[in-house]
Amino acid sequence: MTEPVFVAEGVTKVYKTESVDVHALRGVDITLFEGEMAVLLGPSGSGKSTLLNILGGLDRATSGSVRFRGEELTEFSERQLTQFRRDHVGFVFQFYNLIPSLNAWENVALVTEIAKAPMDPSEALAMVGLADRQSHFPAELSGGEQQRVAIARAIAKRPEVLLCDEPTGALDSKTGIKVLSALQYINQELGTTTAIITHNAAIQAMAHRVFMFHDGQIAETRVNETRADATEVTW
Amino acid sequence: MSMSVLDRKVLRDLARMWAQVFAIALVMACGVMTIVLAVGAYRSLLETRTAYYDRYRFAHVFAQAVRAPLHLKNQVSAIEGIAAVELRIVEPAILDIPGMDIPASGVAISIPSSGEPAVNRLYLRSGRLPQAGHVREIAVDERFAKAHGFKPGDSFSAVLNGRKLNLSITAIVLSPEFIYAIGPGDMVPDDKRFAVFFMPGEVLAGLFDMNGAFNDVAIRLQRGASQDDVIARIDRLLRPYGGRGAYTRAEQTSNAFIDAELTQLNAMARIIPPVFLFVSAFLVNMILSRLISLEREQIGLLKANGYSSLAVAWHYAKLVIVIALLGLAMGGISGSYFGRGLTRLYAEFFSFPFLIFRQSPDLYLIAAGVSVTAALGGAAKAIWSVVQLPPAVAMRPPAPARYRSVFSHRGLMSRIFTQIPVMALRHLIHRPVRSFLTTLGVAFSVAMLITALFSTDSIDEMIDTVFFRAERADARLSFARDVEPGVISAVRRLPGVIGAETFRSVPVILRHGHLKKRAAITGRQVEGRLSRVLDKDGNPVAIPEHGLVLADRLARQLDVKPGEKLEVELIENGNRIVEVTLAGVVTSYIGLGAHMQIDALNRLVGIGPRVNGAWIDVDTARLGAFHTALKGSSAALAGRWPPTGYDFVSVGPLGFGFLYPAIKQTPSIGTIALQSVSREKFRETIEENIVIMTTVYVAIAVIVAFGVVYNSARIQLSERARELASLRVLGFTRGEVSQVLLIELLVIALVSQPLGWVIGYGFAWAVVAGFESDLYSIPFVVNPRTFAFASLVVLSAAAASALIVRRRVDRLDLIRVLKTRE
Repeated sequence: MTEPVFVAEGVTKVYKTESVDVHALRGVDITLFEGEMAVLLGPSGSGKSTLLNILGGLDRATSGSVRFRGEELTEFSERQLTQFRRDHVGFVFQFYNLIPSLNAWENVALVTEIAKAPMDPSEALAMVGLADRQSHFPAELSGGEQQRVAIARAIAKRPEVLLCDEPTGALDSKTGIKVLSALQYINQELGTTTAIITHNAAIQAMAHRVFMFHDGQIAETRVNETRADATEVTW
Repeated sequence: MSMSVLDRKVLRDLARMWAQVFAIALVMACGVMTIVLAVGAYRSLLETRTAYYDRYRFAHVFAQAVRAPLHLKNQVSAIEGIAAVELRIVEPAILDIPGMDIPASGVAISIPSSGEPAVNRLYLRSGRLPQAGHVREIAVDERFAKAHGFKPGDSFSAVLNGRKLNLSITAIVLSPEFIYAIGPGDMVPDDKRFAVFFMPGEVLAGLFDMNGAFNDVAIRLQRGASQDDVIARIDRLLRPYGGRGAYTRAEQTSNAFIDAELTQLNAMARIIPPVFLFVSAFLVNMILSRLISLEREQIGLLKANGYSSLAVAWHYAKLVIVIALLGLAMGGISGSYFGRGLTRLYAEFFSFPFLIFRQSPDLYLIAAGVSVTAALGGAAKAIWSVVQLPPAVAMRPPAPARYRSVFSHRGLMSRIFTQIPVMALRHLIHRPVRSFLTTLGVAFSVAMLITALFSTDSIDEMIDTVFFRAERADARLSFARDVEPGVISAVRRLPGVIGAETFRSVPVILRHGHLKKRAAITGRQVEGRLSRVLDKDGNPVAIPEHGLVLADRLARQLDVKPGEKLEVELIENGNRIVEVTLAGVVTSYIGLGAHMQIDALNRLVGIGPRVNGAWIDVDTARLGAFHTALKGSSAALAGRWPPTGYDFVSVGPLGFGFLYPAIKQTPSIGTIALQSVSREKFRETIEENIVIMTTVYVAIAVIVAFGVVYNSARIQLSERARELASLRVLGFTRGEVSQVLLIELLVIALVSQPLGWVIGYGFAWAVVAGFESDLYSIPFVVNPRTFAFASLVVLSAAAASALIVRRRVDRLDLIRVLKTRE
């Protein structure tokens, strides 16, 4: 493996509510390397999303250390976190979160406009196989297409890390595979460190490493000696 | 430069919500329009007046005397601070216009035989000024000329000091002294019945036996001169010659009326726009809060992708600013259009030789600032929530809204209502602040209508009180000189006269503590029938045997209560000062009335019983003969005509200046107050205004009601689409599902009515308070039918907008609504 991108140590996250404290993360250690594709598996509420949000600078750890290329994210100000996300992180969400009033090209341009060295929105859309759907609005696209627009949007800024939260959760297997292929292609072509959260155990075959979450902790880490191609994944 | 993608989103959001955006912008436009219109007209009117006054050297100080020698001119000019003086003769006239049955009144004013007057110059519209030595030449005021279609070369006859002359018009002119000119006894100007005309000084002196004398002085001051000092010195100079006390522009009728109009415009610019801006701020708040809650995840996404909180907030702020700018554009354009219209209307009502439209870029800046601020103010809370929303939280759907269990299943409500109204009512109290503000918004439109329409009620009451209960005479005659009470028999001999009562009017200065006020005390018969004073309930009051009775406004201005003593300065009786007790307070809508029993007044003045005027009743069948008698009067006339604010006030609406029989016992009439004619003209003018005002305000109220109800309904629909679609899936009909929305709107519309009545009542009261001046006040009356009409208009607008939204419920796409994640 190459250089570590993320090094997280002893990360905890406690959500305080009126009556109880919810411990979403109970001391997680994880390191993600350059160009790695990691899959985070586990039941809902096991802490996967919380960790992903913290790594992506969307949320803050209650305690512990999260370093991105040696910089301590937990010490970042709001402004620094915003800048960090803007420069380094791409997100893909289960419900695509496209802006309904913007077409595919514009949804991607939304990100390229504020990125440092982005690719052309059309290029990003071509990478996910949507070169011919650029002027379609989200309502005119299928679920899989919408998710691929979301991926194009996430990678168009050439992020160092791509964080995907249930990217295929709302899709059937056939369209899901198209989405996974896109992710894999990006990972290979651009060398983007990719972390994918999923319920779907079948996806783990694609990963370099698989982290099994349970009750706010990493219960098990597996390394895949041989990785499956996205097209071979079925569920 | 290509537009950023987020800006495209702004435009598309606006396009998508166009109807709501338009409704808000329209409400905002009303606010902007009022600012631009009122302030614009205010500035134009002020600018025009200032320019007119400057260019035509309008006087600063005015004074009248009975007969003062012209050689005083040197002494007057020598007073420090005086820039120019014009000593004039001002006399009343009765005009006989061909083809007009009723007599018209006029004022003849002297002008120098050669050259321009030094003060109060005339604007020559057409023709040439009368020449010295031409006895019958006059220059006549433009409005009167227009009303009769007179041109230079035309002529009409007039009775001047008992002599009937045929006057030939050589010029049509305008005077800064008569921008607003009102005839004796009139409440609004009547151009047909009142003329101001100008004649060479020596001609007028000859007619009125005033050679070497003057009875009116107009003074222009140097910059920075003390008005008070000048007035004191003028008073001292004129005292031996029957000086009636100098006064400033503030008491000059024409100027005072324009001041009152300017004050009203100013008040309009201050009071009305905030209402619209408040309502639009609330509407902005409503739609933006909803938009932001719908776009929670998009906000989270933008932030997740590195847009700063500020950048996202700015994105929504832009949306709001565009709405404000839209309102600004619509309001600005209509405001400047109507502002010009209003200014032109003023130019017609007032008589200006020219109009200056003040172009005020700053006004648009102010309007822009105010409307954007209001919009952003309304949006502030919603935008702040954008700033605060952490991206990770934004990505999760919001927790389901918690409803109160006020109408619980076991509760009374549920047993009375079916589930659908319960849903509606729960939603209503789920957001109490919003429901309240929506109600308030609708209430404002009701209030605005009441504010606009109550004036009809008040003016009806005013006409009833003034013309039918207080001043019940057909005409009021005033004599120029005090005469013995026996004159009554001569008055009764006038053709057609079936009843007459004499009175005495004495100009005074009233003082109480450091407060002072010019007024005229009217001495009345105890058993007066033709003119009465009324208490606050409109019942006639008997004037007590001792002491003074004051109009409520006058008593308030002097801060004097019944039982307290007042100092009374008798202006025309050597400025003697006497003390009088305030015996009571009466209601009066016009002028600043002061009343005593005539015997008590005679004792106060101390020369014995005198009268100087009469109220008369005329047999309607013989009105023609009466009018002819007035027009044809051949008796000698001695007169005084003080065209001053205070005199207008002192003698009230029913006549000033008066005339008089040198041949005793045969009073002939110089000018006359004809009540029925005045009343009709007043009604006519007011009704014209009311038609315009009602149209404008109904339109405005409909806009506000529509804006509030429509937006409220659209937002409800947006929030409850899933709920409504679920109901449809469960088998409810479209009608039943619509009820959920309509019941809530109905409750809001109904609750807002009484609230609107209360607010409208308050606004109307404020308007009445704002209208009050020395010249007049308006009774405060709001009839039930005004409340009813206001509610009818607003409820109709609300129903119309609710039904438009209902049609959307009918078209609800069930599958799509249920498939999307809220």
